This record gives sequence, C-alpha cells and structure tokens, in this order.
Amino acid sequence: MAIRSFFLFILFFSSSLSPVFSLYEDQVGLMDWHQQYIGKVKQAVFSSQRAGRKRVVVSTEENVIASLDLRHGEIFWRHLLGADDVIDGIDIGLGKYVITLSSGGSILRSWNLPDGQMVWESSLQGPKHSKSFLLVPTNLKFDKDNVLVVFSNGRLHAISCIDGEVLWKKDFEAESFEVQQVIQPPGSDLIYVVGFAASYQFEMYQINAKNGELLKHESASFSSGFSGEVSLVSTETVVALDSTGSILLTISFQDGKISSQQTPISNLVEESLGPAVIIPSSVSGIFAIKTDAVTVFIRVIGEGKLEVVEKTTHEIAVSDALSISEDQEAFALIQHASSEIHLTVKLAHDWDGNLLKESVKMDRQRGLVHKVFINNYIRTDRSYGFRVLIVMEDHSLLLLQQGEIVWSREDGLASIIDVTTSELPVERNGVSVAKVEHNLFEWLKGHMLKLKGTLMLASPEDMAAIQSMRLKSSEKSKMTRDHNGFRKLLIVLTRAGKLFALHTGDGRIVWSHLLRSLHKSEACQSPIGLNLYQWQVPHHHAMDENPSVLVVSRCGPSSDAPGVLSFVDTYTGKELSSLSLDHAVVQVIPLPYTDSTEQRLHLLINADKHAHLYPKTSEALSIFKREFLNIYWYSVEDQNGIIKGHALKCKCTGEVADEFCFDTRDLWSVVFPSESEKIVATVTRKLNEVVHTQAKVVADQDVMYKYISRNLLFVATVAPKGSGEIGSVTPEESWLVAYLIDTVTGRILHRVTHHGLQGPVHAVFSENWVVYHYFNLRAHRYEMSVIEIYDQSRADNKDVWKLVLGKHNLTSPISLFSRPEVITKSQSYFFTHSLKAIAVTSTAKGITSKQLLLGTIGDQVLALDKRFLDPRRTVNPTQAEKEEGIIPLTDSLPIIPQSYVTHALRVEGLRGIITVPAKLESTTLVFAHGVDLFFTQLAPSRTYDSLTEDFSYALLLITIVALVAAIFVTWRLSERKELQEKWSFYSAFASQSTFSSLFLCDN
Amino acid sequence: MKWVKVIVSFILTLSFLSFPSCAFQSDELLVDDEEFGLEGAPQHRSPEPIPTRSPPVTSPTRKRHSDLDSDSKIQFSLDHAFGDSDFSPAGTFSARLKTWSHGGQTLTKLRFSRNSFSDVEKEKFKNLLESDDFYRIRLPSNVLSPPGRDFIISSVKARCLPRESLDEHFVIHMEGVNVLAVNYGSPGSCPYPRNLKLPAKWSFSSHTVLKNSEQAPRAPVFTEEILGGENAEGEVVQPAERSFWAKYWMYLIPLGLIVMNAITQAMNMPEEQATGQVPAQGQPSAGAVQRGPSSAVRRR
Repeated sequence: MAIRSFFLFILFFSSSLSPVFSLYEDQVGLMDWHQQYIGKVKQAVFSSQRAGRKRVVVSTEENVIASLDLRHGEIFWRHLLGADDVIDGIDIGLGKYVITLSSGGSILRSWNLPDGQMVWESSLQGPKHSKSFLLVPTNLKFDKDNVLVVFSNGRLHAISCIDGEVLWKKDFEAESFEVQQVIQPPGSDLIYVVGFAASYQFEMYQINAKNGELLKHESASFSSGFSGEVSLVSTETVVALDSTGSILLTISFQDGKISSQQTPISNLVEESLGPAVIIPSSVSGIFAIKTDAVTVFIRVIGEGKLEVVEKTTHEIAVSDALSISEDQEAFALIQHASSEIHLTVKLAHDWDGNLLKESVKMDRQRGLVHKVFINNYIRTDRSYGFRVLIVMEDHSLLLLQQGEIVWSREDGLASIIDVTTSELPVERNGVSVAKVEHNLFEWLKGHMLKLKGTLMLASPEDMAAIQSMRLKSSEKSKMTRDHNGFRKLLIVLTRAGKLFALHTGDGRIVWSHLLRSLHKSEACQSPIGLNLYQWQVPHHHAMDENPSVLVVSRCGPSSDAPGVLSFVDTYTGKELSSLSLDHAVVQVIPLPYTDSTEQRLHLLINADKHAHLYPKTSEALSIFKREFLNIYWYSVEDQNGIIKGHALKCKCTGEVADEFCFDTRDLWSVVFPSESEKIVATVTRKLNEVVHTQAKVVADQDVMYKYISRNLLFVATVAPKGSGEIGSVTPEESWLVAYLIDTVTGRILHRVTHHGLQGPVHAVFSENWVVYHYFNLRAHRYEMSVIEIYDQSRADNKDVWKLVLGKHNLTSPISLFSRPEVITKSQSYFFTHSLKAIAVTSTAKGITSKQLLLGTIGDQVLALDKRFLDPRRTVNPTQAEKEEGIIPLTDSLPIIPQSYVTHALRVEGLRGIITVPAKLESTTLVFAHGVDLFFTQLAPSRTYDSLTEDFSYALLLITIVALVAAIFVTWRLSERKELQEKWSFYSAFASQSTFSSLFLCDN
Repeated sequence: MKWVKVIVSFILTLSFLSFPSCAFQSDELLVDDEEFGLEGAPQHRSPEPIPTRSPPVTSPTRKRHSDLDSDSKIQFSLDHAFGDSDFSPAGTFSARLKTWSHGGQTLTKLRFSRNSFSDVEKEKFKNLLESDDFYRIRLPSNVLSPPGRDFIISSVKARCLPRESLDEHFVIHMEGVNVLAVNYGSPGSCPYPRNLKLPAKWSFSSHTVLKNSEQAPRAPVFTEEILGGENAEGEVVQPAERSFWAKYWMYLIPLGLIVMNAITQAMNMPEEQATGQVPAQGQPSAGAVQRGPSSAVRRR
C-alpha cells in the first residue's frame, strides 16, 4: 500500500515537471482575456430587413466595418480595412449587400450582410481628387439590376449592385469644379451633381441616370463666394453660406433653372452671431447653422423664405432623416441638460409636434453626444417606435430605446495612445476572512467538485461546472493586491482623452474618466493626449496613499502648443489636479528620483530647450540640485537627421524668475549626412528594466561581461531613397546602418552597414542586446539581426584569486567619460513574417530567460525565445556550447505554431505590445492592444517557482493521508513482528542460555 | 591509503569546476583604423597664432599634384570652447582625399596639429578644471564644404584630460566626406570621483582615429541538404571527444564518497575490535536472532 502511494507520488511529480510549451484547450481564458472593439462610429446603417436578426452596419474611424446585433450590441462580423483605406461611405444595397466606398473613393466593395463575406470589389479611377459620394437609390433599375451611383475622383459612376460592373461613367474634368452634392430625386431618372467652380460660381449638372448622358448644365455666379458645406433642404434646393459666413444663400434648381435668394443671418436672428457654419444634415425643409455659442434651426418655406424655428445654446446633435411613410420624414434631436440627455423625434414638416420625447440619464464621463442615428420599429400596438444609436465624445456607442440605454460599447478602447500599470490596493485585515466564511459552503463544494474531477468521477456536467468555476474564479478578479503580482490595473489613455483602468484578471473596466483637461475649452481648442507616466508609486505609504499617474497632453497638433498636465488617482479615477502650462512639452523625462511622498521627479523640455522641473516643490528642487550635474538627455530630430545630447546649465535667464526652469546646453551632436542616411528607428532600453547579473558564463567556464548601460541608444538609418515602400528601390541603392550611441557622451560604440536592406525597421533593446527587423531586398525576405555588446574593461576579472583578494574593478564606479572598451557580436537570421510591433518579456528580477514578442502581420503575437537570436550560434556547437544552451545555427528563425501567445485569437489592428513584470519571477504580464485588446500571462522559462494552476492539491492531500496511514500500518505491523521476534528471541535466548549454561557446566 | 587519493582527486575536480580557465580568445573584428597619428604639440610654444588659424572656418585647400593622382590634400579646423564660451580655433586636421574609381571619396592619412593653449586659454582651462565643467570641441560635418549642415559637437569633462600632459583621443566617424560624429575624450579611463589635477605639461598629446562603417556579414544561407544531413553526423563525432572522467564524473564522485565511507568504517572496525570484546559478542547473538524462529520452533 505504502509503495503504491509512493509510486503515485513519484508519477505525479514527474508529470508536473514534464515540459508544457503551450496552452491546453481548457486553459484558454484562464489567464488571458480578449476584447473586441470597432472604434468611433462614423456612419451607421440599419438593416431594414423584416425577417432575421436586427442588425446595424457601422463604419468607424479605425477603418472597421462591422455588423452589430441591435439587441445586444455584439459583433456579428467585422472587417478591418488597411490603415490607408479610409472608409468614405457605407450603405446597404438590395437589402442584403453592404456597400462600402473607401480609399478616397477609389475602392468600392460589396459584402454579404448575413456573414460578412466579400461579394465583389471594384476599383474606381478618375481624373482628379474630389469628394466622394455613395448613393444607393432604391428605385433606380437597370435591366432588373439595382444601380449604385458613386461620385469619386471627379467622375460619376453607375455601378451594378450585383457584380460591381461599371455601367457607365461621366467625367467632370473642369479644373476648378468642386462637387458638393450628388442628388438623385426618388421617382425620377435624373441625377443632379451640384458644386462650386472657382469658389464663386454655382454649377449644376443634370444627368440621365440610365446612360450617364448630360442633359443640362447651368451655372450662376455669386460674387460673395461660398464657404463650407451645403445643406440639402429638398431634392432641388440647397442652402449654402457665403464666404463671410453671414449670408445664407438658398439656391434652387427646379427644372434645370437656377434661382437663388440671399438672406443675411442677422435678418433671422436679432443679435449678431459671428461667422456661422452649416451643420450637415439631410432633413428636408430644415437645416441648422452653428456659431460659437448658438445653434439655430431654420425652416425653408416655399420660395426661398426662411424662418427660425429654434435657437438653442445647448450642445445639440441631429440625425439624418428617416422616411417612415410615403411623405413623412422623421429625425432625432439630442440636447444636453446637466446629467441627462433629452431625445426628441420630430417630423420634418412639423417642428412643434414631437413624435417622441424621452430623457435618459447619462454618465457625465461619456461627454457630449457627437452623432445620432435613428431607426424605427413597429411597436406591439402597431404604432411607430424609434430607437437611436448615439456616439459619445469618449467614442462609446449606445443604443437608446424607450428612454433607456439598451446597450453600450466602450469603443474608445479601440484607439489606445498609451498604457501604464498600477498596483491594486493592499488587502486590509478583516476583509478577506469574512468573504471566505461567507463562501465557505461554496468553497467546500468547489473543492469536492475538483476532487471528483481529479479522481475521474465527475460527470460531463460536473466537468463543465469545474471549467466555468476555473474561468470565473473570484480570486483573479479581486480588487486587492495578490502575492504573485498578477492582479494589477492597466491604466489606458485613449485618443478621445478618456482614461480607463482595466483589471488584469478579467479585463473589466474598473473606472473610466474623461479628463477635464482634455475637454475642449476656450483656452485649449483641440487638446490631444500624449503620454502617461507613473507620477506617484507609494511603497512606504502603500496603506494610506493612492498611486497616481501623470497625463501629459497639449493644446493642438503642433509641437509648440502649450501643454497640459493632469494627475489622476489610479484607485478611484479622480482627477486630483490639472495644470495648464505656459510652455510647450516636447519631451518628458521621468527622473530616477522621488521625493519623500514618493512622487517621481519629471523634467519637461519645451520647444526653446528649457527644462522645467515638476513637481514644483522646494524638496524636489533640493533633490534635483544634488543630481544637477548628473542629468543628461538626448533629442532626436528625425527630419534633420540630427541627434543631440544635452545637459543642464543654470537657472533660466528669462524675464520672470522661475526657480524650476533651467537653461540647457548642447554637449554633443551626431549629424547624419542627409543625402545618404535618414533616421527610421530609435530605441532605448526600458527605464524600469532589471538585469540580474552582468556576468554571462559562456562555454568552457569562461565569463563575459555584458555592457549594461542605461544610456545606450539604438539608431537605424536607411538610404533616403529606400525609405519608401518595399520594392521601390534596387538593392544597390538601398542600405541600412545600425548604430549604438552612448547618450551621455555621444560616442558611437558600434556602427555597421547592411547593404541591400530596406525598412520599415522594428527594434527592441534589452539588457545588452538589440534585435531589429527589416527587409532584405537581395534575398527577398524579412530578416532579423541581433547585436550584443560586451564590456572588455571588466574581462580581466576572471581569476578567482583576484576576486578573493579584492584585486578587481567590479565595484569601482563606471564613468562614461572613460574610453569604452567594448566588443560586439552580431548575427542575422531570416524571418518569415513582417512585423507590426516588437517587444521583449520583462520579469521582476531579470533572472528568467527572455522571449521576444513579435506582433505579426496576421495580428497575432508570437513568442520567440531569445536563444534563437544568439550571435554565438554556430553550425556545429561544441558539447560545452550545447550544454550552455546554444542552438545549432540555422539561416532562418523557426515559427513554432504552439508559441503563438494569442493562440487562436487575433488582436485586430495590432499597434503595441506592453510587458509588465509580475511579482513572481517566472511570470510576465503581456498586454497587446490595437482595435482589440488582449492580455495574458507568460512564463518564458515555465513557472519554475510556483505550482501550476492545474496542480492537484487533492491528490497531494490523498497521498499524504495515504502515506500517514501507511506509516501507521507498517508501524503496527513491525511492532507486532518485533514483539513476535522478541518472544521468539526470548525463547531462543532462554534455550540458548540453558545450552550455554550447560556448556559452561560442561567445561 | 587509497582514500587519500580519492580525496585529492575530489578536491581537484572541485577546483577544476570552480576556477574558470584563463584562455579567452577574443573574436573581435579588428577595426580598420586608417591612421593612428600621434603628435605631441610642443612645436609651437608661442601663443602666436599659427598660419592656418586665421579664418575660423578654414576652407579646404585642394592641391592637385597631377591628373593621374586622384588624391588631394584637404584641411579642416577643430574649434574648442571652455564651458559655455564661444568656439575658437584650436587646431587643424589635414588629410588626403582619395577619390575612388566608383565615385566615392574617402579621407586617408589624417594628421592633426594642435595649437597649444595661450595664457588666457590656460586660465580658462584651469577654471574648467576647478568647476569640473565641460571642455567642448567641434568639427564641420562636411570636410569639403565646411561647416556642412551643422557642426559636430563633442565634449568631455575637463578633469578627464590632464595626465602628464593633456591627453586627448579623437575617433572621427566618417561617411565619405561627411563627418558623422566625433568621440572625444581621454585615451584611457576617467575614474568617477574626478579629482582636480593640473597637468605637468601644458601641451597636448593627441591621438586620432578615423573610422568608417563596417560591413555587416550577410545572413547565412543554408541549403536543405546541409541542414538535414549534418546534424546526425555531428552528433556521432562529438561524444568520442569526451574523456572518461568528463562523461562519468557524476557517478564517480558519489562512488568515491561511498568507498571513502566504507574505508573509514573499515578502519574504525579493527579499532573497535581491538578495544572491546563485548560488542563482538553481540555479533553472534545477532546471528541468533536470525535463527530465532527455528529455535522458537524448537522451543515448542
């Protein structure tokens, strides 16, 4: 019995140690999560099919077209078009095809509505660049075939809806003609193309929709000119604004005759408003103009007469018109009122009557309503019901129906700008115990189930229960810090200026905050979020202080626009404070110093190369003064091809005395010849990377010392000709130069030229090595190179006696002003994929071996062991080298299908991969973001320091119990045997002693 | 005394394992140092400017010796600055411009003549040494049409330079006729707590190195046969090279320990036999235990 259980024990251990390279099927979702998004919706079309599931087709600013379930907001299907394939318009044709026009109107595609399969694609060329329009007339038939009307690139096309065949085309080649609207009045065979020529002439073309024949061309000139867009108020009337934005022009072209009327805005609205713009909308009879403060709705009555119907100072959003019956059009209007939004649905010809009026409570963190899309349905009482899809300022998408939010999607997460992490609160006493007691029965039940599973007694239902229990384990989604450091908050800044905190356990949104400082305001017209930095990470005061992050943003797209700083508490998501700076922010340098409250010192460099210290406290200043002479940084001017090194000089010698402002000076510069080199990539080591040891033991018990400097910069330059697309140059005129530059002294430590190579270059720098990826024009393949740099000045420290007697220079401080003695080793390997991103795993102590994480073109993340990119690989490694772990040299890097971190999933539109060390040394947390989000845990050398998740504690318990039982049984057995033996011995001894006494007696 | 041998061999193996061998063969690719000029500068002790000093930016003086010789002489100036002062001329580099048949131009035979410090400059340099400030130099980024697009600046803490004289070391990274970067500093180390030390001689000993870019090795291209065939063969050859000791040390050491243990026990045993008879008597009685059952049977 004891032997058997011991055997079981051994068997168990051997099985737990056997290598597991990848995930098992039932492990999917245990440690990883995947979220799908689409981005900010630009246009939405509701599927009007009577039967089947209700759906809405949307196009987004992330170039996604998606079909969403109207009931739940889930994605039926979605396609991500390329980054330069911007969607111009979508519509539904014949009730079953989704038609998309993209790439500036040059690609027209048709997708099958139910499953998203592409039906056809046609490419539309034209004489010149222009606005593009996509029209799907319902009644325009051409040989039983519905016709699409597309205006793009200065050409009007009629295209078959079935196969994408171009039926006819008509060019509008007039040099100055700018198309403004393409109109197809329902029930007629005419198409009107209206636009401006030479900015003061109104042009109207009437075209036969059957064959593209030009029927009429009229023009009229307006001396005041035009500005902005035109609004279509009926099929034969448009409204435009003159160039000053103060006079409304009502232009009608009934029966091909142009007639117009001019109405100054001041006639309609008493007070002067300043220049106005027309809000594009397609509601017949009504249009809206907007000035800085007011939005005015104006109705067109009869022959160019205008009448103001409403004037509002609230933020307002209007939907397009929706025809609900033969002659009735409805549209939706959304107005903001503090914490609510008011939705009104009106008929186009009846402003005062409301079809629907609802108020919906709206989270303030969603900001303003940007877009409204209206759809109708038939209620159970046969009346018309309306639902609206709204797009908010934070890019989220909501469906409103019956005064409620039916569903919402946080699509702001599709456009992440920057990511940082924060620890969760420390677990306080009393919280956990109560929770366990509360769930004691559940806990017991769970363990019984698990035990059953282990002993293979579980039924399929039990197995399913076990699996769901594992997936929903409350342990991983707790809001407290865990021992292994797996639970963290991912703080994410999106393009909409919203900050999200995602829990690493299950990816849920813990809090979200639309930054006030990133809100459009008088002072800051178009704020742009730039970066996130960890501002305060309390270690000593972890119990009573919350960590905070710094959000750096600026007002406007140019780099000299003034910056804005905001500080956000990462536990609560509250904006602690925000600072509007009077200077620009070109560079932010987190310094490796913290003050007594553990706020990190940051140096902000402005456009005039002044350095500003934050936080602005005297304590920070005194810390900073101590390290004043040891602060160096560099700047890269990639347009000029110059890299410069800087140091601090003295206090600002400006007009205002500012203690926290410092002048800087240039210490070094590297000027790349503009005719032969262009900077394409610059990479440094991560600031928080930990290196376990400088020494690297190589074969034959030899030691090499890694050159580990935080101040190394990898720069890749290519020939200016070769910076275009792959294949645009011959191998002879293209090259790539890789540099390793010390950023304190500007020394070039390594410089190597690769001929016949081309970018784009993706690189990653870690410890003492850099790996970069590029295209080899000669071999017609992608390639990856590695450079490792070793310190030779410490290479003499190999003698043990020297180390024992202290005659070594290992503890002497390193000065970068010394002449460096380094050697580099490099090697190149072919690689199959092109890359979108590259990263490297990072662990808490840097002991675990590294893996490269490659974001492939297929939007997956591939883990590649760094050992494959070892420059010391040779064709026939010696035995010693093999023992060290050197893989025999191959010309290309292997792609092992099991090593895809994302397993079967895809992170659509992958943009970045972030690795964060967990507290457990073997494990690193990986977050990949693009349009989708993906998070997982990785153990590059497997989890050598903890038991795996599938470790069977029950079996261990049983084994122990069995062993203890066996001990008792054998003890009893042996005791009994011993007793028997003692008896027999006694008897034997007794007999022997009688013998011996006899013997003695004999003697 | 076999156990002594074992212990010795054990210690030996331990020492072999822990002491790294000292034979390190560097596989460093030697840099193609075109020229290693070493010029002390005591030739011009006078603070008077040398002829080439006159313009702050020297225009290249090309001298075509003959049409056959495509080399031409070229000069460019080195400027220096003390701390944040303005740049002033400090010396002249002269080199031969070699024009290759394929159109490329490179510099060879770089020579450097350094102006010695004037009294004012000495004073300034002393100030730099005292305040541990930067001594900065600059070069034109194009040697044919200086200053090219911008000046190449490099700087070093002034306290790194003084030794016996003022020792400096230039590494000029070139790309054709363009200067990419210059690494400037002391030829040796500059240990961190930089001590204030005035040079014994106020003259420069300059080392200059001209560096061009290295060519990267091409990625190795293997054909399939080599990959498939070679592996098996390589593995057959390798084990033969290992010595008996290298192969079985992990078995031999425990074996040695066991043997040692046995020997010590064996050595102890005679002693015990010599000292006491009583335990020796125990032996047969232990033997009696084994015979116990039979006697038990007999007892019945």
